[in-house]
Amino acid sequence: MKHLVLFLCLLATPVLAVQPDEVLDDPALEARARDISEGLRCLVCRNESIDESNADLARDMRLLVRERLQEGDSDAEVVAFITDRYGEYVLLNPTTGGSNLLLWLAGPAMLGAGLLVAGLYLRGRANAPEEDVTRLSEAEEHRLRDILKD
Amino acid sequence: MVTELGHFALILAFLTAIAQAVVPLVGAHKRWPGWMAVAEPAATLQFVLTAVAFAALTWAFVTSDFSLRLVTLNSHTDKPMLYKITGVWGNHEGSMLLWVLIVTLFGGAVAWFGANLPPSLRARVLSVQAMIGAAFFAFILFTSNPFLRMGSPPFNGQDLNPLLQDPGLAFHPPFLYLGYVGLSMTFSFAVAALIEGRVDAAWGRWVRPYTLASWIFLTIGIGLGSWWAYYELGWGGFWFWDPVENASFMPWLIAAALLHSAIVVEKRESLKSWTILLAIIAFGFSMVGAFITRSGVLTSVHAFATDPERGVFLLAILAVFMIGALTLFAARANIMQARGVFGMASRESALVLNNILLAVSCFVVFVGTMWPLLAEMVFDRKLTVGAPFFNAAFTPFMVLLGLVLPIGSMMAWKRAKFAPILRKLTPVFVLAVAIGALAWAMQTGRSALGPVGLFLAAWLIGGAAVDIWSRTGRGSGRLSRLTRLPGADWGKALAHGGLGITMAGIAAMMAWELEDIRVMQTGDSLEIAGHSLRLDDVRREEGPNYTSTVADFTLSKNGREIGTMQPEKRNYPVAQMPTTEAALNNGFLRDIYVVIGDPQDNGGWAVRTYYKPLANWIWGGTIIMALGGALSLSDRRYRVAAGARKGPQPTQSAQEVPAE
Repeated sequence: MKHLVLFLCLLATPVLAVQPDEVLDDPALEARARDISEGLRCLVCRNESIDESNADLARDMRLLVRERLQEGDSDAEVVAFITDRYGEYVLLNPTTGGSNLLLWLAGPAMLGAGLLVAGLYLRGRANAPEEDVTRLSEAEEHRLRDILKD
Repeated sequence: MVTELGHFALILAFLTAIAQAVVPLVGAHKRWPGWMAVAEPAATLQFVLTAVAFAALTWAFVTSDFSLRLVTLNSHTDKPMLYKITGVWGNHEGSMLLWVLIVTLFGGAVAWFGANLPPSLRARVLSVQAMIGAAFFAFILFTSNPFLRMGSPPFNGQDLNPLLQDPGLAFHPPFLYLGYVGLSMTFSFAVAALIEGRVDAAWGRWVRPYTLASWIFLTIGIGLGSWWAYYELGWGGFWFWDPVENASFMPWLIAAALLHSAIVVEKRESLKSWTILLAIIAFGFSMVGAFITRSGVLTSVHAFATDPERGVFLLAILAVFMIGALTLFAARANIMQARGVFGMASRESALVLNNILLAVSCFVVFVGTMWPLLAEMVFDRKLTVGAPFFNAAFTPFMVLLGLVLPIGSMMAWKRAKFAPILRKLTPVFVLAVAIGALAWAMQTGRSALGPVGLFLAAWLIGGAAVDIWSRTGRGSGRLSRLTRLPGADWGKALAHGGLGITMAGIAAMMAWELEDIRVMQTGDSLEIAGHSLRLDDVRREEGPNYTSTVADFTLSKNGREIGTMQPEKRNYPVAQMPTTEAALNNGFLRDIYVVIGDPQDNGGWAVRTYYKPLANWIWGGTIIMALGGALSLSDRRYRVAAGARKGPQPTQSAQEVPAE
């Protein structure tokens, strides 16, 4: 059922996303159109690109992308044209500008922090006095033997 | 009548859970054996009562009792029997009942097989597990009761969503829930150990089977879901980074981390506090998953069960358990002193690195999933975080993980030397680089994804092979020793190799997939990746509860027929919903994937064809990973009851080191 929602936009619409009649004659231009559509969100669907979506709106947007490409727009210009009209909500790949920097840096920053903490911990372990091990009580030793023996 | 019985059993189970949550906990604190002993029969009773409730609901579905609201909304008399049964959990209320059934099942498992646990720990584990159970019983009874009746029952139901009427998806939720809820067990063990005031090697060993089992179930569940998406969606996508998918992926990542860090606790008495923290967080992510799926916070318009009341209730459960556990964790930090001493280059350090990479990759998925919500609330930006972000931000961690895994998994405990490991792995590395380079040279595009993926796959698979081979020692008789290696060793090699196979499949599919979209008349042929596909006929067929448009294709290679393919387009009149049934020709190195679309105005049919390289490797690797987990679980050294059968019970003084 987890994909259930993806399909609510399929309701009563054709079951193919990109229709044969949409495909451009120039393969290079078509490839660019596909690339661009994969990064644009279908507004009435959930988490589907216009390339995958079967909704009518997605079809309109696909045709719009191809129209702009045929007029000679660059990829960036096409995307700008779409975001000017629909807002940054349509971008499946969030920009790196402004507060989104936090999103993009979260992973690397966390990795750095994790490595730092782990490094300190491991250095502590490497230099820890060996006597720690002998501090097991009699009962613990016994129990540990029991468990490890098994 | 049966329904009322089920309803009543559910209420009794709730009351039993409350009793089980309180009595053994007090008993363990006061050292009253009688009170502690309440836990086991209560756990059994709780399970039996919940099973009765579940059976009653199943009965209602099987007999199409439309006086039940849930049955009316999700079933139909024409529905095949299999989907009447799976329809029980194909909806919010029923799936919550399944969830809580599994909670009680795991509690029962501790009661039945936990004879080797110290009585006070067992009582506390069962008590914490019952608290979780009670919370979810309350959730079901007060917000999502499956046993509500209709005032005037209709003649027939509204049918289950046709997309759920598929074997792949029918069994996907039970596996996922077994995984999610299995993590409640590690949570209970963690909290019980904190209350008990004792975290040691034995604890690491006790939680191991539960962590491993959850991880296996999650692996299978996620694999089933993605396989289903692949063949059912109609464009062969297998992973969408959808919030709901991420909800299942995050616990998987954390469970994988927990699995590895618990080994350090068990073998080396180190990383205790981190492992306890992971055990707590892992279940936290399970509940976040339930919250994401059911509250509709992230999905606003369409969700499984969009209901603010339910969302708030789930959030409250999540908050209470997480805050409670983490407070306890902070208060008991002193009991989790590390004991083992080890060098910077050691198996311990390698497992720490594994944990960092898995935890950070989970963090990336979490931030990406939650960012749209955060951005809207805090920065007033309405934006989307989709697949391109996750592919870019998540993949590097997996590449790093794949790079260090074969080396790390061969390092010795305490102090490791790199030279012998690198010597053993050099042939594998050379082979992997050669495979990557070959892929690079042969491909037409300039994407590095495919070659890097194949390099990593060869490196992981070869590394796993070298790892297990090196366990056989020296001299003659290595082959026979190979067969006698413990299950855990084989499990490790299989799981790591399976990861490599899955990585190869994902990389190849993303890098070298081919697609063809066109209009075909009957008799037309098309060429794709050296295969030829001919459309022979398009006909209509009647299914039990749908009508279908079926196309007949003949697939040939080099002029020789290698198979026929029948993609379908179904229409379910009751649910008024079309579905695509793609036709697949499976092969070891590729799938050919055909979808039939709509009739065109000027004759002919829209046809979409894909060439999917190494597609089956994704799920093959998943199965091998799960198999590795199962082998590891079957290792008799780690059986749940192993300690009980052999040797004397731990001495009383050892068990009962009071922390209070």
